Amino acid sequence: MANINITVNGKSVSKDVEDNTLLVDFLREDLRLTGTHVGCDTSQCGACVVHVDGKAVKSCTTLAASLDGAVVTTVEGVANGELHPMQTAFNDNHGLQCGFCTPGMIMSGIDMVNRYKADGRELTADAIRHELEGNICRCTGYHNIVKSIQDAAAKM
Amino acid sequence: MYSTKYHNPASIDAATAALSSGEEAKVLAGGQTLLPTMKQHLAEPSDLVDIRGIAGMADISANGATLTIGAAATHASVADNADVQSLCPALAGLAAHIGDPAVRHMGTIGGSMANNDPAADYPAAALAMNATIVTNSREIAADDFFDGLFATNLEDGEIITAIRFETGAKCGYAKFPNPASRYAMVGVFVAQTGGGVRVAVTGAGDDGVFRHAGLEAALSADWSEGAVAGVDISPGGLLSDFHGDSAYRANLIGVMAKRAVAAS
Ligand SMILES: Cc1cc2nc3c(=O)[nH]c(=O)nc-3n(C[C@H](O)[C@H](O)[C@H](O)COP(=O)(O)OP(=O)(O)OC[C@H]3O[C@@H](n4cnc5c(N)ncnc54)[C@H](O)[C@@H]3O)c2cc1C
Ligand code: FES
Ligand code: FES
Repeated sequence: MANINITVNGKSVSKDVEDNTLLVDFLREDLRLTGTHVGCDTSQCGACVVHVDGKAVKSCTTLAASLDGAVVTTVEGVANGELHPMQTAFNDNHGLQCGFCTPGMIMSGIDMVNRYKADGRELTADAIRHELEGNICRCTGYHNIVKSIQDAAAKM
Repeated sequence: MYSTKYHNPASIDAATAALSSGEEAKVLAGGQTLLPTMKQHLAEPSDLVDIRGIAGMADISANGATLTIGAAATHASVADNADVQSLCPALAGLAAHIGDPAVRHMGTIGGSMANNDPAADYPAAALAMNATIVTNSREIAADDFFDGLFATNLEDGEIITAIRFETGAKCGYAKFPNPASRYAMVGVFVAQTGGGVRVAVTGAGDDGVFRHAGLEAALSADWSEGAVAGVDISPGGLLSDFHGDSAYRANLIGVMAKRAVAAS
């Protein structure tokens, strides 16, 4: 058992966690933030992507106990009074069908736009497809997801 | 996941002490291999000793043509590092194509080397460039480090602290990723080193990463794609699985070697 102090979506949280608790279980079970999904058992689908200290990581492949002092943002934390431009873009461009993969897509989308903007690189449709290698969607065929991220990139 | 005890040591000494405290203690770095394995109940470490809190473990530094990459440096930090990009663009490019962005934000070079997955990328770079693996107790040449599938010559409780690469001459890497896992179906790293031309192949060998003598001889005589075309690449000793048989992989070795030379 470890006591961790972390910031989740802007709020400080201090909790005891078992040493083998995965971040995704901590978020879903302990904090009841069920927007972060689990879509696989092999660290490949990306439904569980959240930001830790500003970077996209798979919360199913991260130990909560290792995150003392970290700043975590989940899909519940990106809207600020109104929807985040990435959320609006998925809505406007029909970037989802069942929505299961969408929290991970949104978090990976925001992460890639932030990184490309910081480096001054252009986020082309090809680059988005490459960046989405760790996010699997079984519904949409990806086309509208790519369009959504491109649309959001222009507005972020 | 089975229960385990998490340690977060601040020094190498504290880490080695924690490693010897448990029945079956293991180093934890990015966790991108170890945690999935634990989730599938394929590993049951009594203790996890996280080395990421040790000062300097993730540092990347250049001294002339020598590049020293801390074991806990993530794939993303290697890919983005200005010294790696200028001294050895092939290595930066290799790191930029491991897995996906979230894996690259967590996975580390030390973890990749210690795990020695037969389809991992870094072992090919380390073997082709004859990198030096620096541990808490000694330095090991890449030639002596890899020891077959998922095996290395690390002792129990030994911790990789850094990987040292001598850069300077031409290098190139090309990989044909498995479309589902992104691991290499075949990856070929070609390097001109102080000790001559070296070519390492990952993803294909049934005993893990290996050097290809035929390609090395051909590229020593003539560093060109044409020289690769003349090399007979035998399917003997290559993996056959449902992704591709050994003849398919043998052909891919030639194709990837040409691309690696072209990229150098
Ligand atoms: C979806 C997915 C795709 C991937 N695709 C690729 C790919 O295309 N190419 C590729 O090469 N890899 C790929 N990987 C693997 C990834 O690169 C891992 O990060 C890497 O193999 C292990 O590094 P880690 O830091 O995560 O190590 P961990 O998972 O923390 O540890 C792995 C092993 O190494 C040991 N270890 C770790 N650090 C040290 C150290 N400093 N000293 C001694 N022992 C140590 C641990 O005890 C453990 O046995 C992929 C992984 C995933 C989940
Ligand atoms: S649930 Fe994390 S990658 Fe699938
Ligand atoms: S919208 Fe259904 S899995 Fe992506």
